[in-house]
Parts: sequence; structure tokens; C-alpha cells
Amino acid sequence: MEILHNLILGFGVAISPIHLLYCFIGVLLGTLIGVLPGVGPVATIAMLLPITFNLSPVAALIMLAGIYYGAQYGGSTTAILVNIPGESSSVVTCLDGYQMARQGRAGPALAIAALGSFFAGCVATLLIAVAAPPLAEVALKFGPSEYFSLMVFGLVAATVLAHGSLIKAIAMVVWGLLFGLIGTDVNSGVLRFTFGVPELSDGIGFVIVAMGMFGTAEIISNLELKDKREVFTSKVTHLYPTKEDLKQSWAAVLRGTALGSCLGILPGGGALLSSFGAYSLEKKISKHPERFGKGAIEGVAAPESANNAGAQTSFIPMLTLGIPSNAVMALMIGALMIQGIAPGPQVMNEKPELFWGLIASMWVGNAMLVILNLPLIGMWVKLLTVPYRYLFPSILVFMSIGVFSLSNNPFDVLIMAIFGVMGYVCVKLECEPAPMILGFILGPLMEENLRRAMLLSRGDPTVFITKPISAAFMIASAILLVVVALPAIRKKREEVFVEEG
Amino acid sequence: MRIKSPRDFWAGLMFIGFGLFFAIWATAHYQMGTAVRMGPAYFPVLLGGLLGVLGLIIFAGAFTMEGTPVPAFALRPLILISVGCVLYGYLMKPLGLVGATAALVFVSAAGGHEFKWKEVTIVYVVLMIFSWAVFVKGLTLPFPMWPEALGY
Repeated sequence: MEILHNLILGFGVAISPIHLLYCFIGVLLGTLIGVLPGVGPVATIAMLLPITFNLSPVAALIMLAGIYYGAQYGGSTTAILVNIPGESSSVVTCLDGYQMARQGRAGPALAIAALGSFFAGCVATLLIAVAAPPLAEVALKFGPSEYFSLMVFGLVAATVLAHGSLIKAIAMVVWGLLFGLIGTDVNSGVLRFTFGVPELSDGIGFVIVAMGMFGTAEIISNLELKDKREVFTSKVTHLYPTKEDLKQSWAAVLRGTALGSCLGILPGGGALLSSFGAYSLEKKISKHPERFGKGAIEGVAAPESANNAGAQTSFIPMLTLGIPSNAVMALMIGALMIQGIAPGPQVMNEKPELFWGLIASMWVGNAMLVILNLPLIGMWVKLLTVPYRYLFPSILVFMSIGVFSLSNNPFDVLIMAIFGVMGYVCVKLECEPAPMILGFILGPLMEENLRRAMLLSRGDPTVFITKPISAAFMIASAILLVVVALPAIRKKREEVFVEEG
Repeated sequence: MRIKSPRDFWAGLMFIGFGLFFAIWATAHYQMGTAVRMGPAYFPVLLGGLLGVLGLIIFAGAFTMEGTPVPAFALRPLILISVGCVLYGYLMKPLGLVGATAALVFVSAAGGHEFKWKEVTIVYVVLMIFSWAVFVKGLTLPFPMWPEALGY
């Protein structure tokens, strides 16, 4: 009953005209950047963060969340029609979606992707509403040692589930933690690693880091590739799937939703991992695995449902524990901090309208997205014909304006450019930038909790393994690391990401 | 000793370098403190050391495990995109939004595959109008529109 009461409160917030407007802007922008290859939700959300200064916290979060799940809808359009993933999470949709388009079945592919996503979005919204409060309840009892261990676990899990080399991912996390420490040390007031530059005394804004590592670095990488696109515009004729299509895909949608919801909650999870997982699962359990890659509708339905479910359930750890599970959630935490809200389990009790409003808005946003994506598909297809050479200078202008406006200081733009170069070098060296941004946002928090835990335990480091909850997190982290390092599993893990990435 | 995986070789070196730098700089300049009352150097030294060790493992792996070479850097976009952004920041005050946007659009566009004056000029004009309408008028960000020298 309490959930019902809370959801009513949430819908009251979500359907107020101003929040409907920001939700619409969010999902519209999300679809837009989802459709456009080479512009991801991380860079977009980072770009818009400075603007959210002027909004209320609820409006800001509703809009930013809309961008993330909206991008999952838009990404499938590009994957199906052009065989280029609009988002990294629609990579697997290309495999069967594009084949369906070539067989003249682009319409049903798009429709099943949108309907599957909508279904998954509704389920995930309910799941957040049910699962979040008890989790926050538990988290409220956490002391500094539990928090520190939780963060260790979160970071370890994030690296294990990230693709690419495990040890490089861990190194990137540590690197990010170190960069996060730049600025004034809150305990002693000492300026750390500022090298006499006054602008660094408040630390490096993580908006700037995110825009450099994900924005400019991505543009430079994209410019290396020739853009060659073949759009199946004429083929989008009949939109609605046949009875046969629905019969083949409903179970895949259910499985995709279930798997995506679970994987989304895990640290390091989210949309990307969910879609990969769902596709592999469908292929494994299918009676005719040979159909996959040749236009099997399950191969579209499952990953598209999963990525949307995963995108939404990845909000659970962020909202209840204040721990980001992926780069987008790190930015959400940043958005909360810009608004002066300390992320953590207390948000739900202190700001119920924010928490429940955001959840309700996800349902509203998903409904908007179905309308935006099905009848208006022609508009998005047209957008695909805009060449990248018009797009990238525009993206750069928006990023630079955003960064410059943070404090009207050219130094910030310089830092963005430096992180852009670093991000590009990292990509070349096969070091994923996403774990670094997680470390960056958690650096100061981890130090603070480590200090407090050690102070409370009078310098005894065993506190992390003698307190039960903390010990559980530490053991879980250790098990994860050992398991992944085992040769057999390591090979499997690399296969999964190579095959589909 | 042959470098089997150049990517790991350079990544390892990079992490070792950063790790050592943070650790050494912290010990040299800040108080270490004790485990009970950690000084400002404690956590950075811990992390810097960890990063150094991780870097060393990656570095060592470069000699044992076969890997791929580092792909060539696309220097043209790398330099032009970065310079374009920096110019934008530093030209905003002296040249205003009009000048700074021009610098960014034209310099970065030169980093793309094709550069056609007509197209880039159109992109510039559209972006200029958009920036003015949304950021200066709409969000009332305090950007100067015109170059300082013009006296606006």
C-alpha cells in the first residue's frame, strides 16, 4: 500500500506540466542522440549538466534520465536501418535487425524493438519502486567501513563486467581515484596536486573530465573512420508486426526484460551488458540458433528489451546507495551534487518527491518514447542523412559553451582538451575510459570513508573484515577478482566481448 | 627481450609514470599522518603505489603475452580538435562569442575529412544564431557577443 501511495505522489510530480516538458525534452534529446551514431548519452548528459544549474533538482534529474533511456530507443533505429549501432548498447541489434531490414521487414523490427523496450521500461519502473525502499533502509545502517567496502565492491564489479583487459580497467579506476583527489583536502585544508594553479584548488570538475574523455576523444576517434552509410529508408512500409512475429518474440521480450533488470542492478552493468547478455541467452536456448544473424526477430526483441530494462534498473544502486554503477550514473550523482543534494539512502526519505517523481517520470517517458519512435520514425530516418562533418563542429561548440559557462574560465576548456587527448591515448592503448570516471567521482568519498573508518577503529585495518556487512562486500570483491582471473573464465569473458563487441 | 604487446608496454609505462609521480609528489609535499589520523598524503601514496604495481604487471605482461601494435594516431583531428576547443576558451573574452565560435568551427572542421568553405560557413552561421538564441537570450549566460576592440 505504501508503494501505491508513493507512486501516486510520484505521478503527481511527474505529470505536472513543467516536469512533463522536461521529460519530453529529455526523451526527445535521448532519441536524437541515440539515432545519431557517434554521440553518446554520456557526452550529452555531461554537456547538459551546466544548464541544469538553473533547473529544480526534480526537473534536472527527470530530463537527464530521459536522455539515457531515450537513447536506448533511438539507438535501435540506427542499428536496424543502417547497420551502425547508434549506441554501444545496440551493437547486437545490428546483427538481426539489419538483416530484417534487408529482407524488407524493417517495420516489424522497429516496432518490436519499441514495444519490447516499452514493456521492459514498465517492468523496470515497477521494480525500482519495489526494490529501492528496502535497499535504502539497509543502506541507512551503513557506517564508514561498510561504505568503503561497498565502494570497493562497486568498483571491482564495474571493472569485471567492463569489457577489455581486467587489469587495465582496475588501473584506470585507480587512476581516476587519484585524479579525483586533486584539489583541497577537506580534512586538512591542504591543496593537493594543484601545482600552484588557483583554478585547481576546487578540484577538476568532473563534467569537464567526462566531456574530454567521452566527448572530444570520441569525436577524434570518429574522424579517423570514413563515414559510409546505407539507409534503408524506402523499406519502412508496413510498421506493425504480424501475429507470427509477436508469437515468436513475446517470450524473448520477457526473458530480455528479466535478464536486463538483473544485470542493470549490478555495478558495471546497465544497458550495454544487458543487451549482450540477452542476445547470447536467446541464441543459446533457441531451437534454431542458425536463424540468428539472418534476421531472427528474437535477436531484436530480447536485446532491445534488455537494454532498456538495464538502463533503468541501473538507477537502483545510484538512488539507494549513492554509488554509480556506470558512467551515466556517475553523471547523475554529479547532477545531484550540483543541486546541493548528497547522494545516498537518505534521499528517498528527505526528498520523496525527487525520488518517486523520477521513477514515475520514467514510465511517462517510456510512453512518450513509443509515440516518438513509431509514428515519427520517418523524421529520425531523415536525420540519419545529416553528414558527420556538420555534426561534429556543432557538438564541439555545445561542449565548449557548456564547459566555459561553468565558471567563465578558459582554463576549464583547456582541461577538457587535455582530457580529450588523454582519452584518445587511452582508447589507442585499449584502456576503457568508463572505469576511470567511476573512480574519479568516488575518489574523495572513498578517502573520506577510509579515514573515518580507520579513526573509529583506532587504526585497525581489520575492521573491514570483522564487521559482517563490510566483510561480505570484501569477500564478494575478492571472489569476483579470483573467478575472473581464472584462465577458463577469463577466456570465456574475452570471447563474449570479442564475439559481440 | 622482445616487446610482444606494444599496447600493454605503453599502457604499463603510462600507469607506472602516473603512479610514481602521484606517490612521490605526495610524500615530498604533504603530511603522511598515521593510519588513525591520515594526513593528506596517506591515500594518494597508497593509490599511487597501487597504480605503480598495476602498471608494472601490465608492463611485464607486454613481454610475455602476444598483443596487437598501437594503431597509428590520427594527428590531424587530434591536434585541430584540441586546438579548436582551447582557442574557443581563450578567445571568448577578447573576440566575443562571434570570434570564438568562428575559431572553433573553422579550425575543428579542418580536422574532418572534407573541408568546404561554403558548407562550414553555413554551419558556423547556423551555430552562431543558435548559440545566441539559446545561450545568450534564452539562458542569459554572460557571454560577450562581439570583439572587445569594437567597443560593445
